[in-house]
Order: sequence, then structure tokens, then C-alpha cells
Amino acid sequence: MTAPITPLLSVRDLRKTYGHRIGCADVGFDLYPGEVLGIVGESGSGKSTLLSCLAGHLEPDQGEVVFDTRADGPRDTRRMSEPERRMLGRTDWAFVHQHARDGLRMGVSAGGNVGERLMAVGARNYGNIRNEAIDWLGRVEIDETRVDDRPSAFSGGMQQRLQIARNLVTGPRLVFMDEPTGGLDVSVQARLLDLLRGLVRDMGLSAIIVTHDLAVVRLLAHRLMVMKSGHVVEHGLTDQVLDDPQHSYTQLLVSSILQV
Amino acid sequence: MSDYNFAYLDEQTKRMIRRAILKGIAIPGYQVPFASREMPMPYGWGTGGVQVTAACLTPDDTLKVIDQGADDTTNAVSIRKFFQRTAQVATTEKTGKASVIQTRHRIPEEPLREDQILVYQVPIPEPLRFLEPRETETRKMHALEEYGLMHVKLYEDIARHGHIATAYAYPVKVEGRYVMDPSPIPKFDNPKLESAAIQLFGAGREQRIYAIPPFTRVVSLDFEDHPFEASKAAHPCDLCGATHSYLDEVITDDAGGRMFVCSDTDYCTTRQEAGHRGRLSPQEDAA
Ligand SMILES: Nc1ncnc2c1ncn2[C@@H]1O[C@H](COP(=O)(O)OP(=O)(O)OP(=O)(O)O)[C@@H](O)[C@H]1O
Ligand SMILES: [Mg+2]
Repeated sequence: MTAPITPLLSVRDLRKTYGHRIGCADVGFDLYPGEVLGIVGESGSGKSTLLSCLAGHLEPDQGEVVFDTRADGPRDTRRMSEPERRMLGRTDWAFVHQHARDGLRMGVSAGGNVGERLMAVGARNYGNIRNEAIDWLGRVEIDETRVDDRPSAFSGGMQQRLQIARNLVTGPRLVFMDEPTGGLDVSVQARLLDLLRGLVRDMGLSAIIVTHDLAVVRLLAHRLMVMKSGHVVEHGLTDQVLDDPQHSYTQLLVSSILQV
Repeated sequence: MSDYNFAYLDEQTKRMIRRAILKGIAIPGYQVPFASREMPMPYGWGTGGVQVTAACLTPDDTLKVIDQGADDTTNAVSIRKFFQRTAQVATTEKTGKASVIQTRHRIPEEPLREDQILVYQVPIPEPLRFLEPRETETRKMHALEEYGLMHVKLYEDIARHGHIATAYAYPVKVEGRYVMDPSPIPKFDNPKLESAAIQLFGAGREQRIYAIPPFTRVVSLDFEDHPFEASKAAHPCDLCGATHSYLDEVITDDAGGRMFVCSDTDYCTTRQEAGHRGRLSPQEDAA
């Protein structure tokens, strides 16, 4: 695979502190189109902080997050105006929360949840919006007869799939996911992972996936970043990092999983 | 005689409210925060409208107060008495004779003029509240013109009922910019929001004032394949025969008898006085 010249996302020297405590620091990497980057590390290592800074939900103390925009090429998202950043957030970017209810409107039907982003970018034909919503429910394996049901009537796995459909409907180029399989039964997790893998492949998505679960990254991520105490301690191709971990912390992480 | 300042509120407060009104007129459809005062009536009885009216009234004004189109409901009567007592202004039931009209739930049928002010009582000013309870977020949505959520509400309507079932407080976009809740008027009245009169909206509990200046473009939100319709009951008025006025359904007996009459009482009486008759009009005596 030959990498294109321009990374989709280019992160430099990113730092976020909470008072004296470090959230994340000295983070830098490039993400190329079609690439999936996994971020692993123990609880409190700074994964969610980093992801939130990348997605513009948290304001970093310093650093650059340069995104290759469709219209104007690479731009530092931190220097964008808020309307521009929020527009990115509902068009080219998507964010899948660990808890589906943080990413869904629980009082709105499944169809309305999927249709929201379409309406947010100007779709004004009910029939088209509904058809697209039904199409997307199918792609995440939710029966179209459920299109008018509220997510509260869905199982955890279905809610998570609905959240994914809601995010992908506008054809984003970059998807942020924070523990997308967390809190789900193992069998449900496997199905969701399968689905995600298919979508990422078929849509040529670029994604950054935060997880505790090395099985998730093994299946989905091309590259892997290992975090500890807010810092990236190891970074490389997923198989290399998992099969031949260099940093002692990664070795511990990998072996602790193997022992399970 | 009265011990109150003219129109009850002190001059300082009226100035503050007028500033909010002017700002509202300068930014059509934008909700201007204001420091709502305690009024000698409970919230839900139009304290927002009453404060706006108080700030607009001059001794020369003629005031009309309607509630659901009628001048004689408890709410309308008590607000009218309140201003008779505290401002000694003239009052009227004739839409055409009023210079200030305070209303709840209706816009008069008779087209308003440039020298008139229509003041609405508003319970919930925020049209996005239904789907987004966070005030910080709805403010941001207004500021950034992110109104997709408004259509989600209409989408839900169609998904559930097969058509846009929202019949009251139907959301509008004002002058191509702010999405606004026109207060719980029937959607039949929405086209009348494009008016020669100044329209002011006051929400007491929520402490917001907003406005539609004269001749402002007001568009009701909809979908291409489910266009907005200013619908009403498909009947003429049984008392005055009007075919294009908003009707109330009145149960007349316990055997299923019912009649449709104009909800705008002044409009209906004026038409009857002019000789218009409906299906159930009393038979005229051969004099
Ligand atoms: N809002 C906050 N205020 C103060 N400190 C915070 C805040 N959020 C996170 N932290 C701290 O920042 C560090 C990184 O937290 P973060 O939530 O990013 O970790 P994480 O890797 O996502 O953990 P987990 O796997 O448990 O989700 C931790 O020390 C945490 O206590
Ligand atoms: Mg986390």
C-alpha cells in the first residue's frame, strides 16, 4: 500500500492537563486516509482525553490537530471558528460514544436519530430521509420494522449499532470511537466488531478507536498507540506491537491479556 | 384613583423592558433575556405579555385583550381590568379600534395595521426545548443557525401520524435567520405572522422577549413532500357564515349536537351585525 502524501489527520505536540494532573502530553502522529488507529492503555492513561482533544470536544493546552479538509486542504482545527468545527463534527467527522445513550436522542425514533445529521446539513425531503434511514438500519442489521421505535426499546447492542448508523449516514471521512464495544456481552461485541470491520472496509473509513480490549485492535486497527500516564510509550503496526512489544509496559499489557 | 405608577411597573423597569423590546425588533425572532418582575398575578396568566404591554402603553392608547380569540374569558377580563385600574387607558373589544392588543393563543382575523401593536403571552419561548433541554446548547444552536433538530421534530410527527400533526406553536423561521416559537397560536394563524403591525412576544417565567417587526418574512418550517398547510375545520361558521376564519367546536347538547363558531368573537359579531348569517343563526323576525 502506498501512502498518499497528505495525512488525513496530523497531530503535533498535543497536551492537555487538568490542573496539575496530566491528561495527555507530547502526543504526535499522522493518520492516513483509510487507516484505522487503535489507542490502548490502562484506565486513566489518557485515551479519552486524547480522543476528546482530537475531536474538538476538549480544548487542548497546546499542540496542533491538522485535518485535511475537503474545501481548503490541511487546516488546524484549533484555529477554526466554532461554527466551522461544529460543521465538521456533523459532516466529515463522526463520534461514537461508549454509552450509546450519550450519542443517541433517546426520545426520538430510530429513523429520526439516523435522519438528524441529514436534516442538519439541509435534507428537506421526508421520503428521502426516511428511505436513507431505513437503508442505514439495514446496513447495521436493524430490521426496518423498527424504524419508528425509540432506542429505549432496543438492546444495548442494537443501540450501539444505531449510534453507528446515525454517525455514518452523512459519509464521514474520520470516525472517533471511544470504547465502542465496552459494556456489551462478549457475543454481542463480536457481532459489532464484525459489523464495524465491514463498514470500515466498505466505506474506506479512517478511524481512531480507543479501547481496553486488545482483541478489538487486533481485528480493526492497522496501527496501534500504547498510552501510559498520558504519554505514548509505543507506536507501530498493530501486529508488530502485539507480537513483539518493545516497551516493558506493552509487554505487560500483552502478557496480561494472554493470561486471561 | 390609583396608588400605582402608570401601568403598574416603575419607570426604571419599563425602560429596561423597552430596551429588550427594541433589541428584539432589531434582531427579528431573537430571544432577548430580560429581568422579569413579579406581577400581581401568577405565571401562566400572561405575566410576560402584561409586562410588555405595560412598557408599551401610553395614556392615549386603546387596549384590547383576548384569550383564545375571546374578550370575555377570566384571563382576558382580569388583564383588561388590571390596565384599566393601573393605567386608566381606554379599552375596546373592536380589533380595528385598538392600538395595543394583548393576546393569548390567537391572532385576530381582521388584518392589523401599521399603527397597532400585538402583544403575545408566551409560556415556552424556546422552540428547540422539546428535543434539547440544555439551555447552553440551544443558545449555541441559535447562534450558529443549527436548526436541523427542528426538522427532526417534524420528522417524528410524520413518522408517528402520517402528517405533520403539530397544530399549535408551529415553528417558523423569521427573516431567513432565527427559528421562533410563535406561542401556542393555531398553525392556521401562522400566515398572519407576516403583518403590518409590530408583534411582541413576552415570556414571564422564562424571562424572554422577542419580536417580529412589521412586514417581516415569516416562513413555517416543513418538508418538500409534506408542505406546511394553514389548516382549519372544514366548515363555515354556524353563526356568521365565515368560511375562512378559525373555528371553535362547541358541543350544544348531550346528543352529539355541535356547532362551529369563529374563535374570534369580535370578528364574528361584527360580521353578524353586518348581516352575515350562518346555519344556526336565529331566525329573523319579520318586522
Ligand atoms: N474532567 C477531568 N478533571 C480532572 N481530571 C481528569 C478529568 N478527566 C480525566 N482526568 C484525569 O486525566 C487522566 C486521563 O483520564 P482519561 O479519562 O483520559 O483516561 P482513559 O485512558 O480514558 O481511562 P479509562 O480507560 O478509564 O476510560 C486521569 O488521570 C484522569 O483522572
Ligand atoms: Mg476513557
